[in-house]
Amino acid sequence: MLNRTADSVARATPEPLARKVRGISDKGLAWLFISPTILLLLAINIFPLFWAIYLSFTNYRANRPNEVVRNVGLANYKRILGDQDIWIAMQTTAHFVFWTILLQTLIGFTLAWLIDRKFRGHAFWTTIILVPMMLSPAVVGNFWRFLYEPQIGLFAYAISFVTGIPATQIGMLSNVSLAPWSIVIVDTWMWTPYVMLICLAGLRSIPEYIYEAAEVDRASNWRQFWSITLPMALPFIMLAVLFRGIENFKMFDMVNLLTGGGPGSTTEVASITLKRQAFESWRTGYSSAFAIILFVAVFGLANIYVKALNKVKQR
Amino acid sequence: MSLTSAHSVVAPSATSKRVAGTIIVLYALISIVPLLWIFATSFKTPPDSIAYPPKILFQPSLEGYCNLFSTRTRQTPEYINSLGPATGVCDETVRKRNMVIAGPSNFMPRFVNSLIIAFGSTFCAVFLGTLSAYGFSRFKVPLADDLLFFILSTRMMPPIAVAIPIYLMYRELGLSDTALGMILLYTAVNVSLAVWLLKGFIDEIPREYEEAAMIDGYTRLQAFWRTVLPQATTGIAATAIFCLIFAWNEYAFAALLTSGTAQTAPPFIPTIIGEGGQDWPAVAAGTTIFLVPILVFTILLRKQLLRGITFGAVRK
Repeated sequence: MLNRTADSVARATPEPLARKVRGISDKGLAWLFISPTILLLLAINIFPLFWAIYLSFTNYRANRPNEVVRNVGLANYKRILGDQDIWIAMQTTAHFVFWTILLQTLIGFTLAWLIDRKFRGHAFWTTIILVPMMLSPAVVGNFWRFLYEPQIGLFAYAISFVTGIPATQIGMLSNVSLAPWSIVIVDTWMWTPYVMLICLAGLRSIPEYIYEAAEVDRASNWRQFWSITLPMALPFIMLAVLFRGIENFKMFDMVNLLTGGGPGSTTEVASITLKRQAFESWRTGYSSAFAIILFVAVFGLANIYVKALNKVKQR
Repeated sequence: MSLTSAHSVVAPSATSKRVAGTIIVLYALISIVPLLWIFATSFKTPPDSIAYPPKILFQPSLEGYCNLFSTRTRQTPEYINSLGPATGVCDETVRKRNMVIAGPSNFMPRFVNSLIIAFGSTFCAVFLGTLSAYGFSRFKVPLADDLLFFILSTRMMPPIAVAIPIYLMYRELGLSDTALGMILLYTAVNVSLAVWLLKGFIDEIPREYEEAAMIDGYTRLQAFWRTVLPQATTGIAATAIFCLIFAWNEYAFAALLTSGTAQTAPPFIPTIIGEGGQDWPAVAAGTTIFLVPILVFTILLRKQLLRGITFGAVRK
């Protein structure tokens, strides 16, 4: 009886009032907790973004800070869209993104599918496979340069051992037609585990009873794979593709140290072009415009993709 | 688990397990070879490191590590003979190449910079991230979804694109090539990850705990401090390690915004050169020392890895 009275009294006390008495209101506390993060992001991300937008309409050069800055309107954007080098860089980026994602998805999904068999020691070997993706892309790019050396490198030696082509002729980084593949190979080596890990989560999320039902219906393994495994793991595969796509579209560190964009400009992905324009040619206004275009492209693609992903999830 | 017998219907057969196991082990071994090769190279002498065919068996040497930590000058054999006996392994190794140690190299200061910047930014990002995550998790924040998306979207910008205005801003503010500047920048990059991950972890802690504490007379802040934080320790630790790894590995900002005093290890390691080209054993030694903490963290984190790399989107 007494308990019930206490309970009803507690319920009757207006909640916000009770909290206010005890100190800061919840609303105040929420803003107190969230605003530092928002302020930091405004200062370090958003303010610079607006500054970059402003610069993209000028002819500013960071190495000549005392020169008069002229407003050039849309001239930078117009020049970028007509610039042959930019289009070549975009094609190089597309080649890189397409092949890395294709290879990583195929290999990564296969590996996950095999690991899902839960053979003995699978946890240990999974951890070993995961190691490359945790490493610094810059350091990875640098040491793959060593592995790719035509005479002394392990990669060239292994390839020549298998194929019989003299090791001196396997110039992965100096040959114009091989260089674009050199960055694809390293990226695939490094990030296949990432796709594998997400695919594995997808495979493990499929409830056992669906397979049991299929087994009762005498569906073949082949049929089970195409009508259960793949469609149910698809949202996870797409998530992995989204993350890898965004990351590889921005790719800079690994490629910069592995090839530096060379030979010539055969591996010059968008971020490397951007660095060359901004920090070597010091065309700050021009490169800001290019940066804005890249950002809008990533952002737009990511948005479209997230919508598609949600549709798949709802199915 | 009385259903185990039913499961056996769909359990993979012993043969398929064996085949799968073999392929996975092969893949793991091949994919780990580059790392083992770097580790082996760090114990080679410079001539061994560039031998053809590549040497799998070799006489181990500490020359790479000696070269990594020191700068050397070439001297005449007469001069070296006139010096007293060698004072340590490195001294001895270097003298065999007609050189003497001139002083410490820049590796240690760069390594220390990496530590300061990585730990400093991780602390700030996790601190801010925990507060915001709690705010988003427990309170009705107007436009919460938009704010969260805004926080995530700052991660989508290409680092070089961000670096252009940051470079100008830091030049004006005197933050170029300072540890403080790098800590601020890495905090801003990592805070998005921290908020998203920690929100997931805090969402999983039942609200009833705090409500019970508040009925007992705790204020909201006290309840947060005494009930939520202890419950979220695992999540906070995992998030901290992810932030640490990012800051430790980051290269683009470090290469463009630091040049001397605040330079971290990733832009420094590739610049280690010996006589006549890159000193590969020293580079390999630097790489090995740089990667060891990451290997330890990967093993510690393996259960939380999936969550971390997908910003909390996949939880298992």
